[in-house]
Amino acid sequence: MSILVVVEHDNEELKGATLNTVTAAKEIGSEIDLLVAGFSCDSVADQACSIPGIGKVLVANKESYKNFLAENIGTLVSEVGKGYSHILAAATSNGKNFMPRVAALLDVSQVSEIISVLSEDTFERPIYAGNCIATVKSSDPIKVITVRATGFDDCEVEGGSATKEIVDLDSNLGISSFVGEELAESDRPELTSADIVISGGRGMQNGENFSLLEGIADKLGAAIGASRAAVDSGFVPNDMQVGQTGKIVAPNLYIAVGISGAIQHLAGMKDSKVIVAINKDEEAPIFQVADYGLVADLFEALPELESKL
Amino acid sequence: MKVLVPIKRVVDYNVKVRAKSDETGPDLANVKMAINPFCEIAVEEAVRLKESETAQEVIAVSIGSNACQEQLRTALALGADRAILVETELEVEPLGVAKLLKAVVEKEQPDLIILGKQAIDDDSNQTGQMLASLLSYAQGTFASEIKIEGDKIDVTREVDGGLQTVSLNLPAVVTTDLRLNEPRYASLPNIMKAKKKSLDTLTPEELNVDASPRIETLKVSPPPERAAGVIVESVDELVEKLKNEAKVIT
Repeated sequence: MSILVVVEHDNEELKGATLNTVTAAKEIGSEIDLLVAGFSCDSVADQACSIPGIGKVLVANKESYKNFLAENIGTLVSEVGKGYSHILAAATSNGKNFMPRVAALLDVSQVSEIISVLSEDTFERPIYAGNCIATVKSSDPIKVITVRATGFDDCEVEGGSATKEIVDLDSNLGISSFVGEELAESDRPELTSADIVISGGRGMQNGENFSLLEGIADKLGAAIGASRAAVDSGFVPNDMQVGQTGKIVAPNLYIAVGISGAIQHLAGMKDSKVIVAINKDEEAPIFQVADYGLVADLFEALPELESKL
Repeated sequence: MKVLVPIKRVVDYNVKVRAKSDETGPDLANVKMAINPFCEIAVEEAVRLKESETAQEVIAVSIGSNACQEQLRTALALGADRAILVETELEVEPLGVAKLLKAVVEKEQPDLIILGKQAIDDDSNQTGQMLASLLSYAQGTFASEIKIEGDKIDVTREVDGGLQTVSLNLPAVVTTDLRLNEPRYASLPNIMKAKKKSLDTLTPEELNVDASPRIETLKVSPPPERAAGVIVESVDELVEKLKNEAKVIT
């Protein structure tokens, strides 16, 4: 049994979701290799080598992999992954994009977004927006798995000395190309890895009012999120959405402000350690999952909260 | 241009599904069923392509029991021209669905396939990508905007850090995200008209596809319950509790 973990990165830095994925891999077995596919991604390969408990770090350094196009990466991973019993990647927008291609090319099913490992072939994963947890057993010869980061702790990042091995495969299908991207610039922690998250919903009324959350986020070192309603209304960009089909977060403290608590939003945050809800509607479903509820007008409560932190 | 829109019959998004008490599966007795919300967005996008005369024909396809006809009729009422049901009583996994859809694609030869990015029942988020892979097509997943120019399609995608745009050779597969469009409601005259549109039925055997499952569900259990919380009376009390009781801020 041997496991291949596909590293999530941006050609410069290894991304945090990789660390949770390696932890999941270690719960499956002990023979683990990493694959870094990208372009000019030497620093990522170096970071990967220092993760303890890794056999080899395979490096596929080609221009075809620079923008992580699913067509090219999927083909590469299916080739490299043929010799492994398990292929794992983080359930990020990138992992979700290429992993099903890998599974289809290998003619195996994929197990999406596992939250725990019960044995080498049996896993738990949420279904129905997290309202049920399914225990599933895969009978495929190669298990293709995406890992929900909130289900696993970070692995250690220092002390390892894995050896690098070059993979000289250029899987350029030539059917897709990268045009451009608009990425949000922020000095705040990443939503999915922050210790504290403060999110606003429809109750914020407009995008400008999100500045009321910013003051508190600055004091707490928190990331800022949003409900689907706030994103659909154009208050804030899509990358801030927390929920079933947005980002899944499980910080130590989650503060939901002006969020009613639809099933789909709860699916993205109900594994947070401590949940605070601030809402003027005492009947709002968010209070059913909140450890601390404050029934109040957010436009009065937020400035007061900021001043008292 | 011909557009194929695969759709799925799922539990309505407002229903809070619970596990059966014997943990053999989700309790779906007497729950309201509907077209998966992301699939509805896919139908809407295809119909808009037809209305802008980019597409000439929109075909809806579903895989599942006879009851899926209901959702196919909904797609027809929203503006699809005709429908295909691949009828099976078995539960088909995304890989099996992708194989069946591939067979339908080979038969129908669409230029574009638009699917929902994820079904809200099994939350797998696999079918579109698997279909694209089996067909060796390019894919634009989690689309918030599409633009067709000649034999290419530009897809703006919702990714973790923001938005990304890719250019794909047609034929291609697109999967929809929430912001692609806001689906219309079917009007009563269109619901009546939909009853007369053609709905063909095929079987996996006719398509010569083995869609047998590879994953066994051993049990379905409820998620861990959260202990009941408290309502605090003031911001002061909240801050005090977070500092001294929960100890999550300093």
